[in-house]
Amino acid sequence: MDYAVVVALQILSGVATLVIVSLGLAVVFGMMRVINLAHGEFLMLGGYTAILSYGHGANLWLAILVLPPIVVGLIGAVVERLLIRRLYGRMIDTMLATWGLSLAFIGGVTMLFGNSNTGVSAPLGSFEVGRFHVASYDIFLMLAACALSAIVWAVLKLTPAGLIARGTMQNAEMAAALGVAPDRVYAITFSAGAALSGLAGGLIAPVAGVLPTMGTAYIAKAFITVITGGAAMLTGTLVASALLGTVSTVFTFVWTPVFGEVALLVFAIVLLRLLPRGITGRFLRRSL
Amino acid sequence: MTFSRRDALKTALFAAGSTLAAPAIMRHAALGADPIKVVGIHDASGGLDIYGKPMIATLDFAVDELNAAGGLLGRQIELINYDPQSNIQLYTQFATQAATKDKAAVVHGGITSASREAIRPVLDRFKTLYFYNTQYEGGVCDRNTFCTGSTPAQNVQKLIPYVQKNWGKKVYVLAADYNYGQITSKWITKYVREGGGEVLAVDFFPLDVTNFGPTISKIQAAKPDAVISALVGGAHISFYRQWAAAGMKKQIPMGSTTLGVGNEHIVLSKEEGDGIVCAYSYFQEVDNPLNKAFLEKFHAKVGANAPYLSELPMRTYIGVQLWADAVRKAKTVERVAVTKALESGISLDTPAGKTTLDPKTNHVTLDVYLAQVENQGFKVLDTFPDQPPLDTASVCDLVKFPNTDKQFVVDVKI
Repeated sequence: MDYAVVVALQILSGVATLVIVSLGLAVVFGMMRVINLAHGEFLMLGGYTAILSYGHGANLWLAILVLPPIVVGLIGAVVERLLIRRLYGRMIDTMLATWGLSLAFIGGVTMLFGNSNTGVSAPLGSFEVGRFHVASYDIFLMLAACALSAIVWAVLKLTPAGLIARGTMQNAEMAAALGVAPDRVYAITFSAGAALSGLAGGLIAPVAGVLPTMGTAYIAKAFITVITGGAAMLTGTLVASALLGTVSTVFTFVWTPVFGEVALLVFAIVLLRLLPRGITGRFLRRSL
Repeated sequence: MTFSRRDALKTALFAAGSTLAAPAIMRHAALGADPIKVVGIHDASGGLDIYGKPMIATLDFAVDELNAAGGLLGRQIELINYDPQSNIQLYTQFATQAATKDKAAVVHGGITSASREAIRPVLDRFKTLYFYNTQYEGGVCDRNTFCTGSTPAQNVQKLIPYVQKNWGKKVYVLAADYNYGQITSKWITKYVREGGGEVLAVDFFPLDVTNFGPTISKIQAAKPDAVISALVGGAHISFYRQWAAAGMKKQIPMGSTTLGVGNEHIVLSKEEGDGIVCAYSYFQEVDNPLNKAFLEKFHAKVGANAPYLSELPMRTYIGVQLWADAVRKAKTVERVAVTKALESGISLDTPAGKTTLDPKTNHVTLDVYLAQVENQGFKVLDTFPDQPPLDTASVCDLVKFPNTDKQFVVDVKI
């Protein structure tokens, strides 16, 4: 019985992690169609903001929840202004540019801060489920994933800014004709996506190895999740995270971690073969 | 006269052949005055830079030290460092360059076993002496290659008895999913069984796994007396974090065959790392006068940003010293003579203790230390002097079969 509860908790925690690391990319790639290969480095910058500010005496919650989105959001704004803005609609060029950006971020952080910085221990301790110990921080991550999804949904669906952003992504010229400045909308949306990625980096910092190269371990999964999700970026990302996270965790439990990784990839490939436009290309098409 | 394409090809080939051959002839003529070239191939960027940068630092230091003492055979040493950027393809390219363009007297380099197996055949083919200075899974048997790091019969063989004596007989093993982890986990299993213990499970992890939650639950279900980790790289640091977050540090103790080599003990906070036990042929905290003097000099040169020195950078330093000693003995940098000098049983007192070259395997007999993570450093618990490379010796005999050039996968009887 307690084992079943623990397995369920681990599945939820796997799903929550996927949601957290994918949301920023869902905005930048799912919504804006910018292939941001520096997404993993945005996570890393968020993680570094967290561990460095904590190392310099900042409050833990401030360090993982508040500073990372602000810092990475600002970096995102600069990146958009200098680089991404010139490349909208040019997918291949964007890939090359953001790949270069990711290398520059890795190199820059290594140069400035070195490659071994002490991280943040997970707060909140642990609790017991029968004979098992589970990290309370896992529960916090699940709540954070729910809260983040709710905020993204609310902003896009309920606020005028969200409406303008969605309209601009759908038809920039029409939005411009109605008096919206698409440039500004793009810039703000991109830095919002970057801020989400930064927050994700801050959130996972206490349970990840925060190193300059940590982005590479997350970016593939984030892309797989968003692409599998399909056109409706929020619903798609949530559904894809739920499916892929469950498959990978169950396989890890039943067989081994190697199979867990393999199962995630195989499942995504099969899914994309059957639903080339992603899950929401077929189901839940009218959702957000 | 007609000049066919075939003739043109022949001429071109001949020309190419003679230009390739020429430097080989000139090289010997010029031996007197030129500096001796030593090439280092270590990752200074990319994911392996955590391992590579300290190795480059001690390689620089070792060469500077030799030069400050007047060089070797009256010649200065010129060190050429290449950065393969954690990319195997660049390893092969730089090894070729070191052998053909630089005409290096010796190449020190390679970090992962994959990188070593990429450049070892290249340096064999171009007849260039090669030193691999990393702790690894053992079994390389090649007269041209000298392995100066410790192997499982030296380090795992000390770690496991400690674990069994102090914590219990049942262990759960986690290992990185590539040749190092696969082979090392077999050694772990062997020594656990020899000690009358039981391995409950061995789990392998691809290098980019970051979610260890399911594994942590599986370990709790299996209830081992101890966990042994042979996890490698940045993503795997997540394991130690998640283990501590789940409150498992107080429940089940841990030993590791890899922790510390990639600065894990610095990346992890004090409460996450404290108490994990490891065995290597060097810790910066090893207490002896030579080590104290070495660290003073090293820190004076490198300054405040000096990296923590694990076994890998220390073995790199020792590798250069072994080579230099052989050059002094051979009175030349010529490969065969230096190899023979190395195989004459060179022995040096080093900051890591006494290191003696074993001519049967081209590995080394060294001192092994057992230590515990404490306050983001290590506390040495025990010292085991003069540990021979028994694992490689069980399959490799270069005295009898000098032409061997392969890595044996030691058949671990488990």
